[in-house]
Amino acid sequence: MPLSPAPAIETRELRKQFGRIVALTGLTMTVRRGEVFGFLGPNGAGKTTAVKLLLGLSAPTAGEGRVLGAPLGDLATRQRIGYLPELFRYQGWMTAREVLALHCELARLPRSGWPAEINEALELVGLADRSNDRVETFSKGMQQRLGLGVALLGEPDLVVLDEPTSALDPVGRQDVRAIIGVLRARGATVFLNSHLLTEVERVCDRVAIVDRGRVVAELGMAELLRDNGVRVLVTGLPDVEAIAGRFGQTRLDGEWLVVDSIADEAVPALVAELVARGGAVHAVVPARHTLEERFLSLLAAAPDAGRRDGAADIAPDAGRRDEAADTAPDGPARDTAPDGPAPGAGRDTGPDTAPDAAAPGSQEARP
Amino acid sequence: MNRGAILVIARLALREAFRRRLLWALVGLTLLMVVVTGWLFGKAAELNPLEGGERQLILSQLLVMIAFMFSFVLTMTAAFAASPAIGPEIENGLLLAVLARPVRRSDVLLGRWLGLALVVVGYALAAGYMELAVAQLMTGYVPVDPMVAPFYLAGESLILLTLALVFSTRIAPVASGSIAVVGFGLAWMGGIAGGIGDYLNNDALRNAGTIAHLILPSDTLWRGAMYALEPPPDVLAAAGSQARIFTVSPFFAGTPPPLPWLAWCAVWIAATLAIGILLLRRREL
Repeated sequence: MPLSPAPAIETRELRKQFGRIVALTGLTMTVRRGEVFGFLGPNGAGKTTAVKLLLGLSAPTAGEGRVLGAPLGDLATRQRIGYLPELFRYQGWMTAREVLALHCELARLPRSGWPAEINEALELVGLADRSNDRVETFSKGMQQRLGLGVALLGEPDLVVLDEPTSALDPVGRQDVRAIIGVLRARGATVFLNSHLLTEVERVCDRVAIVDRGRVVAELGMAELLRDNGVRVLVTGLPDVEAIAGRFGQTRLDGEWLVVDSIADEAVPALVAELVARGGAVHAVVPARHTLEERFLSLLAAAPDAGRRDGAADIAPDAGRRDEAADTAPDGPARDTAPDGPAPGAGRDTGPDTAPDAAAPGSQEARP
Repeated sequence: MNRGAILVIARLALREAFRRRLLWALVGLTLLMVVVTGWLFGKAAELNPLEGGERQLILSQLLVMIAFMFSFVLTMTAAFAASPAIGPEIENGLLLAVLARPVRRSDVLLGRWLGLALVVVGYALAAGYMELAVAQLMTGYVPVDPMVAPFYLAGESLILLTLALVFSTRIAPVASGSIAVVGFGLAWMGGIAGGIGDYLNNDALRNAGTIAHLILPSDTLWRGAMYALEPPPDVLAAAGSQARIFTVSPFFAGTPPPLPWLAWCAVWIAATLAIGILLLRRREL
C-alpha cells in the first residue's frame, strides 16, 4: 500500500519577530493535499508574513514547518510551487509572454514545454490577445491576471495566492474562482490568503482563521458555517412564532420565520404543523452563518479580543447573506463557476491606455 | 551558488539595458565623444609646433584628460545602473516572484552584477579602443600600453559598480549612487595625496593614499590607465627636464600599479560582493 503523501503544508509553532515586533506568535496548522485552503485574518494578523515563511522568502525566528514534505525554504521544492504575491510587479519592459518565459526558465521547466505552458496560462487568465504587449501598458487588474498566469506555470502541486482578487472586478473575481476550480480538478493544493470573505466562502474547502499570529480556528467550511437552523417563508399565520416555538428558538426576519437549533429530522414535522394550522409554506431553506459572522464571532471569542482594532478592516463584502435568495431556486449557495465556461473566454482585453491607473473594477475593457 | 539562475538573471539585466535604451544612449554618447575629441586631436596635431618628447608629452596629457572624463562617465554609468538594481525591486515586489522560484538571493545579486558588468566593460572596451584609434589616426600618438588602458578603465568602473550594487541592497538608489560617486572622488583625491606624499617623502600623505587605495581601489586602476596612456619611458627620458613638469601633475603616473595592488582590486570586488550577499540575505522582503 503506497504511503500517503505528506500534507501540503504543515507548521508547528512558527514564529516571526521583526526586532521587538512579533508578527507571528506561533502558527500551527495543516493543509491537506488537494484542498483549497483559506487563510483568513484581520489586517496585521500576520497572514502575508506567514506566506513568506512558507515560501522561504523569510526565515522563521522559531518553530518549524514543511511544505510538500520538505523543510521551509527548500530550493528544489520551489519548482513545485506557484506563487502570486500580494504586492508585486513584473518587468514592465517585457511582454506578458516574455515574463511567462522568464518564469518557465527560473522554474527550470523543460524548454520544449514552454510554448504550451505559456499559451495555456495566457488562455486561462484571459490574456491571450495581449500576450505580446509590454506589461507596462497593462492595468493593475491585467497585471494581476498575469501574476496568476505566472503562478500556474508548470502545473505546480501547491499554488499560493496572496490576495488574488484585490485588483479585479467582479468578472475577474469569477475568473479567479474558475481558475481555482481548474487547479482543484488537477489535484493541486491551493492556499488562498484573502480578506474578501465571500471569495473564500465560495471556493475554500477548509479555512484557518489567524489572529495576532496564531490560528484561532482551523476547520472545514461546512462545519464552520453550519447553524442547525431553518428559515421558513410562511404566510397566513399571525402567531407563527408561538406555533413553531416547541421546535426550537424562533424569531422573525422580515417575512421569514427563523427556527434556530432545530434537528434536521424535526423539519418535516415543523412544516406539517404550520400547514395543519392553516399556514401557507412557500419555501424552506437551511439557515447558515455567513463566513463573516463566524469570522467575527471567532475573533471576538479569541483571548485579548478587546485589544484588537484590525477586525474592522476585513472587507464587509459578505454582509448577512440572504440564504433564501441565494439558495431557494437552485439549492446550495456554493458557487458553481468552476464548472462554467472557460475563464477569460470571449474577453476583450483590447487596448488599455491607462496603465496602473485603473481602479479595481475598471481595469479591463469589456464589450 | 546556482550558475544557471545567475546566468538567467545576468541575461535579464543585459536585455533590460538594451530595451531601456541604456546601451543606445551609451553608443550615442560615445560617437559624440569620438567626434569632439577627434576634432580636438586634429587641432592639437595641427597647431603644435613642438617636436619629439615634449609633443608626445602634451598629446599624452590630452589623452589622459579625455580618459579621465571618460572614466567619470563610465563611473556614473556603472553607479547609476547598479544603484536601483536590488532595493527598488524588493520594494515593488518584483523580486518576490523571482525568489519564490528555485533562485537564491546570492544568484540574484551575482546575476545582476554579471549582467551590468558585461554592459559596462563592453562599453568601456569598445569606446576606449575607439578613442585610442582616433587619437592615433589624428596625431600618430601611440602610448606605452594602448591595449591595456581600456581594461584598467573597465576595472575602475567595476569597482564602482560593485560598490553601488552592494549599497543598493540596503539603501535608496539616489543615496547608493551618490555614495559611489563621492567614493570615486575621494579615492581619486586619496591617490593624489599619496602621489604628493611620495614626491615630498611625507609619510602621512603617503599613508592616506595607501588607505584610500585599500578602502576603495578605483584610483589604483585609474593610475594604471594613466600610465598605459603615457609615452614610453624612452620618450620620457629623451624629454629630460621637460618631462619633469608632467611628473608632478595629478594626471601622471610614473609606474604601473604593482601586481599585489591589482590582486587587491580583485579581492576587494569578491569581498564586497560577499558582503552584499550577506546584506541581501539578512534583508526582510
